[in-house]
Amino acid sequence: MTTLQHDPLAPAGAFGPAVGLSCRECGHEVEPSARYACDQCFGPLEVRYAFGRVSRRQIEAGPGSLWRYAPLLPVPADPGDRPVDLAAGWTRLHRADRLAAELGLRRLWIKDDSGNPTHSFKDRVVAVALTAARTLGLTTVACASTGNLANAVAAAAARAGLRSVVLVPSDLEAGKIVTTAAYAGTLVAVDGSYDDVNRLCSEVAFDHEDWGFVNVTLRPFYAEGSKTVGFEVAEQLGWRLPEQVVVPVASGSLLTKVDKAWRELGELGLVEATPYRVFGAQASGCAPVAAAFDAGLDVVRPVKPDTIAKSLAIGNPADGPYALDVARRTGGAVADVSDEEVVEGIRLLARTEGIFAETAGGVTVATLRRLLAEGRLDPAAETVLLNTGDGLKTLDAIVDRVGPTATIPASYDAFQELGL
Amino acid sequence: MSVTVRVPTILRAYTAGAAEVVVEAATLADVVAALEGAYPGIGGRVLDEQGRLRRFVNVYVGDEDVRFADGLGTPTPDGCTVSVIPAVAGG
Repeated sequence: MTTLQHDPLAPAGAFGPAVGLSCRECGHEVEPSARYACDQCFGPLEVRYAFGRVSRRQIEAGPGSLWRYAPLLPVPADPGDRPVDLAAGWTRLHRADRLAAELGLRRLWIKDDSGNPTHSFKDRVVAVALTAARTLGLTTVACASTGNLANAVAAAAARAGLRSVVLVPSDLEAGKIVTTAAYAGTLVAVDGSYDDVNRLCSEVAFDHEDWGFVNVTLRPFYAEGSKTVGFEVAEQLGWRLPEQVVVPVASGSLLTKVDKAWRELGELGLVEATPYRVFGAQASGCAPVAAAFDAGLDVVRPVKPDTIAKSLAIGNPADGPYALDVARRTGGAVADVSDEEVVEGIRLLARTEGIFAETAGGVTVATLRRLLAEGRLDPAAETVLLNTGDGLKTLDAIVDRVGPTATIPASYDAFQELGL
Repeated sequence: MSVTVRVPTILRAYTAGAAEVVVEAATLADVVAALEGAYPGIGGRVLDEQGRLRRFVNVYVGDEDVRFADGLGTPTPDGCTVSVIPAVAGG
């Protein structure tokens, strides 16, 4: 495989229905390539499509993975032109009657992305980003990560036979360091915050144009992978949209892409374009988007994060302005909850639904509860909550809060004395 | 005062491909003005029509994001490095 050195371009059709990358700020457009920022105004580039006809039947006949939506993604139509991968996506949509009853909601669903190959929604974005890397002839993939992306890149690169270079903050949860290192790529722990690591990665990317930085240089493709969460929710509901959705917000990208997915499905006639409201969830120790929402601002002032929800600890969220736009346009909101509420949220979800979420899931459950209590979310409207990751990776958050009900000697009498 | 500016890939068309350039400046605003003087057109890529830093540009003086300091008024001490980076984040 040839490694292209600069601004690699690929033949027509190599990115499926994608026809260009257009700037979200000024509309300037370039060919699909490893570019991510507009050279006119620095605005983020986003994939623009010319979709052909796509039917429900065609999607339903596809594989039980996110690749059933390949006709709606910037990827080659032929699976043989994509890297060997981990078959991410098509996670369960779990009807959460017990949690709904506890919260006083009529109907609640949990889209449980902890069921992905490396136990978070990041397997989706990585699948699309690694496909772009292959199309562009890049054989090293890299990222800056708060942990889940690190897992996903290291694992998918191992499976695809690519070299991976992953940069993470050195104070990440042990569970996320170990579960990245196990895949034996290059893992660089950086003494600094995620925002520091992200900045470093961006600067490294300037001089490593033969590497694919999945969430920097390949970001336009990467971000499209998040649409598949939205596609799946709609298909699993029987090709219709819910009335409300609650999404955790770190960079803000996932929230904007769920909205994009539902708009595309409506435009393509795959669902009826019924109204929905999008709510964002942040931890109070890193809530720059919620603060901007409350203040009525359309710019997001960066913060220095201090929260147990490390996977959401992005103090300078690049897609924050667009997440605000979506929340406001749809009649939703962005709210935040304390670390104490996050822990309670994790325990509530586990206790009522048998789903053990990571801290980001705790943030989302707790924000749902808060929005209901404040009357900002309609208890009568069908609601979907996104659980983006697995509690096994963030045991630190609750290790001091849960434990054995009792510890006893191995004797029948001791057990009897418990009076269970 | 001598300031080293780390130039992002998308602005290197203005600097004949140079990844770093040196300018004389006392504040970030001076840095941008000096860059515009040396490389006409580059200032309008970094600043909007009102002369503010564009929404999707992150600028650092040393290790400090200037939005935590004084924006374009942030001092640029002799020998410091200014980094101009497109805003992307998420991981």
